[in-house]
Amino acid sequence: MLKVEEQQPVQFSAALIEKSEEIVKRYPEGKQKSALLPILHEVQAELGWLSPNAMDKIAAFLSIEPIEVYEVASFYSMYFLKPQGKYVLEVCRTGPCCLVGAEKLMDHLQKSLGVKENEVTPDGLFSWRGVECLAACGYGPVLQIGPEYTFYENLNEQKVDDLIQDLRKK
Amino acid sequence: MARKLLLEHINVPDIHTFDVYRQKGGYRAVEKALKTLTPDEVVEEVKKSGLRGRGGAGFPTGMKWSFLAKPEGVARYLVCNADESEPGTFKDRYLMTHIPHALIEGMIVSSFALGAHTSYIYVRGEMMPQIRILERAIAEAKNAGFLGKNILGTGYDLELYVQPGGGAYICGEETALLESLEGKRGNPRIKPPFPAIAGLYGCPTVVNNVESIAATVPIINDGGDEYAKIGIGRSTGTKLISASGNLVRPGVYEIELGLPVEEFIYSDEWCGGIANGKRLKATVAGGSSVPVLPANLSLKLANGDPRLMSYESLSEGGFATGTMMGSGGFIAFDEDQCIVRNTWNFSRFYHHESCGQCSPCREGTGWMEKVLHRLEFGHGKMSDIDLLVDVSKKIEGNTICPLGDAAAWPVASAIRHFRDEFEWHVNEPVKSLDTNYGLANYAEPIAKAVSTEN
Repeated sequence: MLKVEEQQPVQFSAALIEKSEEIVKRYPEGKQKSALLPILHEVQAELGWLSPNAMDKIAAFLSIEPIEVYEVASFYSMYFLKPQGKYVLEVCRTGPCCLVGAEKLMDHLQKSLGVKENEVTPDGLFSWRGVECLAACGYGPVLQIGPEYTFYENLNEQKVDDLIQDLRKK
Repeated sequence: MARKLLLEHINVPDIHTFDVYRQKGGYRAVEKALKTLTPDEVVEEVKKSGLRGRGGAGFPTGMKWSFLAKPEGVARYLVCNADESEPGTFKDRYLMTHIPHALIEGMIVSSFALGAHTSYIYVRGEMMPQIRILERAIAEAKNAGFLGKNILGTGYDLELYVQPGGGAYICGEETALLESLEGKRGNPRIKPPFPAIAGLYGCPTVVNNVESIAATVPIINDGGDEYAKIGIGRSTGTKLISASGNLVRPGVYEIELGLPVEEFIYSDEWCGGIANGKRLKATVAGGSSVPVLPANLSLKLANGDPRLMSYESLSEGGFATGTMMGSGGFIAFDEDQCIVRNTWNFSRFYHHESCGQCSPCREGTGWMEKVLHRLEFGHGKMSDIDLLVDVSKKIEGNTICPLGDAAAWPVASAIRHFRDEFEWHVNEPVKSLDTNYGLANYAEPIAKAVSTEN
């Protein structure tokens, strides 16, 4: 799954390093590995995805082996191991949301964006995917957009089209 | 009107801020606990309250606390489980979004009771907005002297941190959560040792659900005995119910345990009935892992008595005719919903979320998903139905964490109660692609059980 050929150099901003140092302080001495998940989120928010180089850099920062970062990044569903669209629309596809139309909404999203699940639009702006339960079952269908994970509830086709228009204008 | 302990002030403007929460009597439980009670006395009140874990297992919270090992010179930890991911459950998101200080206050009281000086709230990573809300609330509480060194001059120190997850249902299992908090994959640990002996960083640790921790606030304010007066039997207090599916008013409701299921679904005080004038076909009462019940058994016990929203009444009849309270994720299905499709959907979920450690779960969830997929999409065989039952039985009880059971129960119960519908999918492979089996006899009154003593 890891694309080792994608070797562009990675630079972390001063703000990212400062934030990471602050995160490490939350844990007891010697337990800095606990900072891994939060730091992966911070790095992904800055770079858009987690390249092998970025993960190696995180490993060096936390004084752990690179494999310890890879195995974690590949286990959790929120971490992107390849580049995504600028906006990743993640639609809940689990039972309760399907009772109120999530499947139709995903069909519509595929038509509106013209790309299949996990593909990126040619302009690089959008990708979309179905994700498992987002814990908002009473307000479905729902979707979220990282890295802030802005949340959109009680969606229908019109609302999704409006959202895409708004994001295009940004 | 039912009593509200957690959501009493939910509609007060700006209740998410420290100042408004404090004006409404917030942080009184911290003052009372830290200034007038010993840690053991706090534990005793929680024991007296009869509070049972609100995350799904329903284990008495006070008893869980009393198991915590207290070796000299070893740190103890309280970790709040806010990895809310059980399909149908969204109460913790609601509580953290609207009254974050209820959780912070509960964390302070509970940490004090357990003698923890560093506590973590593990929030699922997708809830970044809630993480920001909690971090802001923690900063406010710290500013006001309720967190940090020497809280309220009592000499008690507590640091509280929010930890984001990475998107994995399995991290709601407490030992997987601890692994994740240590920066690892969310693979559940073999127990024993239980976290109370060796948890976070190998130290004694208590892991409690958001709602359980928030419930300690009214318990300390009013006393455990007062809390225990609410509810019915061993189901004491109030419970947040996440109501979803085909309801007129889905949402989060705080009920007094013991409310009849029928009243909860149809009363205008609660969900207001089934949406669009449809009829109820089935319910999943406690989140996707508990057994699905047809409408008749959802509303009534096998003997015809009303079924109540309580731990005991929901599980009355065992898995033959009952279900479980679980996390209180109440999903209602109307007559147009397809049980086979929903079971396939849930199976896909569990397959996706299996951590892969135990073969029965890793292989079995995928197998069930595939078989259900072919049943739903018109390629099923009659023998597939019993095959599903067989696979589910071989997962159940054979894994180191309850995800295996959680994956097996929805499939086994769907076939137990809706076998007609599965058979119809096999017999009508084309028709079942664009029509549904419908309500059938699932809402018919139950024939009285014949007494076996005669």
